[in-house]
Amino acid sequence: MVNVIWGCFIVIGVCFSFFTGQMESLNNQMLEGAGAGINLILEMMPLLVLWTGVMKIAEDAGILQKFSKLVLPVLHKLFPSLHRDDKALGYIASNIAANALGLGSAATPFGLKAMEELQKKNPKKDTATEAMVTFLILNTGGVTIIPTTVLALRMSHVSANPSEIIITSILATFCSSFFGLLLDYLLRRKKQR
Amino acid sequence: MNLLSKIIIPIVVLGITLYGFRKKVNLYESFLIGAKEGLVMTFHIAPSIIAMVFATNLFLNSDFINYFFRFLHPLFQTIHIPIEILPMAFVRPISGTASLAILNNILMIYGPDSFVGRLASTLQGCTDTTIYVLALYFGSIKVTKTGHALGVGLFADLMGILASFVIVSIFFG
Repeated sequence: MVNVIWGCFIVIGVCFSFFTGQMESLNNQMLEGAGAGINLILEMMPLLVLWTGVMKIAEDAGILQKFSKLVLPVLHKLFPSLHRDDKALGYIASNIAANALGLGSAATPFGLKAMEELQKKNPKKDTATEAMVTFLILNTGGVTIIPTTVLALRMSHVSANPSEIIITSILATFCSSFFGLLLDYLLRRKKQR
Repeated sequence: MNLLSKIIIPIVVLGITLYGFRKKVNLYESFLIGAKEGLVMTFHIAPSIIAMVFATNLFLNSDFINYFFRFLHPLFQTIHIPIEILPMAFVRPISGTASLAILNNILMIYGPDSFVGRLASTLQGCTDTTIYVLALYFGSIKVTKTGHALGVGLFADLMGILASFVIVSIFFG
């Protein structure tokens, strides 16, 4: 999928520039394009590195477990098909907590573990269970408390207040997840009838 | 609200440091390990960022969107949004790097403190790469019949886009 997008961007970009007669600027643009990518990385790197450092302290202090415990009661309500002590719920909680704290690389293994646990009790191995679908909708909502890359990008473009979008992002995420879960719930109920 | 958003990061950093003290974490050691992971991560994502910035710049500068989505112009003009937000919303569920590259472009042209800059920043933060995540997680356990996961996931993304617009309008007018 990413493959297709990348290819299309280049093919469309080049062909259309030819078509509109911007051939000469295209040459410079291509050479500048790679440089712009490097600049972006260099500008974002300091904040990213700083933040992974701070979050490592949080991780070592056990904040992940604390957070997981906080979200667990909500998860019981969202996953009625899972037993209260189901191992999968623990992994799901850790996944959501790691995502919220911006520990993306820690989140994925928990998520994959959760899917594995859910699959063990799946009667039809090629078909997604209700819990799997709900979990992924929750996961793709992508609740992140501090969106580091966006902040770094806004800083590099000299924003007067880079972090002003944190609150709007959290609210928007909340809306998106809420409507996703609501539709999921309604579809599940419809199927049960 | 403005003050809150300005102090949220210092407060989080302070909170984590104090909590680390209380839990007797070796703060400095932990920070160094984390920072190193961050450096490695940056190098890992560097090639894809270069690739995506390169391709999206070519695409956006070619005027393709302006040309083919001209019919949408009046609509976008009445709500005061530049049309660049369209490809960003479109690629967001597929590739986080591609949408980041478009965000970079938007911030460069319109500035981070413009309405569009704030809207695009919120968009980037409010959802994850739905299609990529579904492919990764379902692929890992070889589930092929995914029910309504994709449909609902994309519906949630759409709601996120609409919510971003409404919320940014309310907060920043």
